[in-house]
Amino acid sequence: MNFQQTTLSNGLTLIAETNSSVHSVAAGFFVRAGSRDETADVSGVSHFLEHMAFKGDDKFSADDVNRVFDEIGAKYNASTSEEITMYYAAVLPEYLERAMELLSALMQPALRVADFEMEKNVILEEISMYEDQPSFVCYDHIMSTHFAGHPLGQSILGTNASITALTAEQMQNYHRSRYHTGNITLAVAGNCRFEDIVALAEKYCSRIPKGESIRALPEVMAQPTVRTVVRDSSVQQHVMQMGPGPKSDNPLRFAAELLSVVVGDDSNSRLFWELVDPGHAESADLGYSEYDGAGAWMNYLACSPEDVAENLARCKKVFDEVNVNSIHADELEQARNKVASRIVLRGERPMGRLSSLGGNWMYRHEYRPIAADLQTIRSLTLNDIREVLNRFPITMTTTVAVGPLKDLGVCPDTAGP
Amino acid sequence: MRLNSSEFRYEERFCQGLFESFSKSQNPFMLQSPQSFRLSNGLLVIVEPMLDVQSAAVTLLVPAGGVRDADGRCGTAAILTEMFTRGAGGLSARELSAAMDNLGLQRSIHVGNAHVTFSAATTADRIIDALPFIGRMVTEPHLADEEFEPARDLVEQSLMSLEDEPRQRLGKVLRQYSYAAPWGNSSEGELTDLPAITNEDVRRHYQQFIRPDEAILGIAGNVNFDQIRETTETAFGGWESAPVSDLAGGTMPLSPCHIEHDSAQTHIGLGWNTVPYRDARYFEAWASVSLLSGGMSSRLFTEVRERRGLCYAISASLSTLRDEGRVFAYAGTSTERAQETLDVTVAEILRLHEGITEDELQRCKARAKSSLIMQQESTTSRASSLARDMYHLGRVVSLDEINSRINALSTTQVRDFTIEYAPKAMVLVTIGPHALNSACVTSLS
Repeated sequence: MNFQQTTLSNGLTLIAETNSSVHSVAAGFFVRAGSRDETADVSGVSHFLEHMAFKGDDKFSADDVNRVFDEIGAKYNASTSEEITMYYAAVLPEYLERAMELLSALMQPALRVADFEMEKNVILEEISMYEDQPSFVCYDHIMSTHFAGHPLGQSILGTNASITALTAEQMQNYHRSRYHTGNITLAVAGNCRFEDIVALAEKYCSRIPKGESIRALPEVMAQPTVRTVVRDSSVQQHVMQMGPGPKSDNPLRFAAELLSVVVGDDSNSRLFWELVDPGHAESADLGYSEYDGAGAWMNYLACSPEDVAENLARCKKVFDEVNVNSIHADELEQARNKVASRIVLRGERPMGRLSSLGGNWMYRHEYRPIAADLQTIRSLTLNDIREVLNRFPITMTTTVAVGPLKDLGVCPDTAGP
Repeated sequence: MRLNSSEFRYEERFCQGLFESFSKSQNPFMLQSPQSFRLSNGLLVIVEPMLDVQSAAVTLLVPAGGVRDADGRCGTAAILTEMFTRGAGGLSARELSAAMDNLGLQRSIHVGNAHVTFSAATTADRIIDALPFIGRMVTEPHLADEEFEPARDLVEQSLMSLEDEPRQRLGKVLRQYSYAAPWGNSSEGELTDLPAITNEDVRRHYQQFIRPDEAILGIAGNVNFDQIRETTETAFGGWESAPVSDLAGGTMPLSPCHIEHDSAQTHIGLGWNTVPYRDARYFEAWASVSLLSGGMSSRLFTEVRERRGLCYAISASLSTLRDEGRVFAYAGTSTERAQETLDVTVAEILRLHEGITEDELQRCKARAKSSLIMQQESTTSRASSLARDMYHLGRVVSLDEINSRINALSTTQVRDFTIEYAPKAMVLVTIGPHALNSACVTSLS
């Protein structure tokens, strides 16, 4: 694998990891635009804009975009998070030019009013679809509660009201403010030659305007909160908890990742043996999420309503025990082996490399080859784990539950009974 | 979130097992031919070396899935599936997990209708050390009494979760109305049956059905055939053979079926007959479903979502047993637009034979080709395809054969198929606040 980067004449950053031993190539635009960059009056616009990008530009109609991507057999899609909108396509090497042409068109969509009004229906359906999935409802509420008053608490999808009220003009303004070279990175991974990609990018990306935009990075000031969203018709209870963790630029993030595997992976973790293996809960996972200027531990519990109080006490006991006594050397070794294997397997596909390539660049302006990630994982010691626990003990500030329960029997200040 | 991942999952399903390895330019399919052998106890092993990758993956299919659950004991296979990791071959659950984690082994055990499936992957240099642990779980699980209650509790909890997820639940119900028992039975189990199931039932299920006679082990990755052969002999050689009995056929309930649920959307499921994977016309069936729902330029996506904005999620996919096949379609839509969504979706399905163009078919072929080639980047999907091919066809279809069969498909051929296999009856299942007018479906039969 070979990494190269350049800045195009319009200022767009291009990064690429080429690898002649794979069969496909993946390209993606990573745009620093997400729900955290929205004002309240346009809530949900980043995600809606991502849909509208596929409606084409002045050259390609909406039908053209879908048709041509299918003609070249592309695996393509897009996603919107709190912080990044990404558009990608994985294709066979001979179709890279066509894929680049289309992906570039997505960056400068026409945003036609008729398309906008039609797609609004689809967005409203998408909002309803997620309403029927309790774990998504729970995620939405934990984010808006834990990050209350902070941009990260803003909903990705928006609400029925905000989407209904949104105008094409507001979307155009938002697009102008975020979709420029200072905010977009083009990443390519897989079977291609760097000089070819540079030429294609110069050919198709020159219309992306120059520009800079600033993202506010206020400190998160989460207040101890317990919240229940009552759904009488639900059978199971879904509970999420969040507490502060290392920010995305903090070197402790690697230790945090390994620690979350030891404590809360979906098998052979402390939470697994304490809650899932004995059959107390269907799921009990601890994850670590990194954000621009923020970071969080997130615990997810799904179980019968009558077991929630006891299970939350079990989670807390696990966290407290780890906070005080840390973890054992053999647990660290198992987690290292697990994570190393995941990195290698994910890295075998250009799509897997693309997300790692783009993510590292968006958050830290760095390139990390697989070997560097493996090296870092190998070199982490119990001292590193102790350090992350000292700085960011696994302490849950916010608890949100979705299900039949009206009261969790949990004290906000201790996140325990 | 333009499309949620499940919409892409159905796409992958089209190609799973369908097309096997391929490679670049003139001959884009660079995989070496698979080699197979049978252990003396009957276990069939099929190995495909992939020299461009660093990993290796295995899929073991054991014909002990939900169809083997006894009457009134639906969920036995699901509980058994939870038991394999709970101690085996003298190792406690924790020792077993620790050993496999140290080998970087990503693994899962899944219960389906036909099979209990063991899947695992790690870096190629460690697969030889990992196989014996899979062997222990399969051939020497402890099935201890004290582990039974927790395992049953987990099965019960996942069934309760299903009650809260109308879209997932729809899949289960649609299947029940589409395949006669036991093939329509829920492999995840039934809440009403769980209390009656005992560890004795689980042990009996293990004794009767977790047998090597009709089991298939697929292995793909950067591996050495001779080494694999030697290791599988050691890891699975002691697995005792026993003949597997035939299954008795049953009945199925008649649709339309509506399940009232206080949900934001109405979830619509449709099903109709098509040919199974082993049928000579399977590729025509694949192409016809691909025209309907193969990509974002396909008919359902274009007409129902893009032109009318009726829904976010809409899809159709092939489901195949060894001897029967179905097409399953799904749409999720707000209640006030549900009737229109149903009517438009059914109308699109019924007019599929109209105006099939060369370009339209060409797009299906292009998507198939790239899926096949990209499959060579994933040892996990190769291992599962090898095993599935052996189950359905008794052989792995060569790349050249698939390539030529797909390329040879003509619009006339596909149109003829869609006419001949146009739904003569459709199963309709809905979950949501109100039942829909099912005239568009009931008028067919």
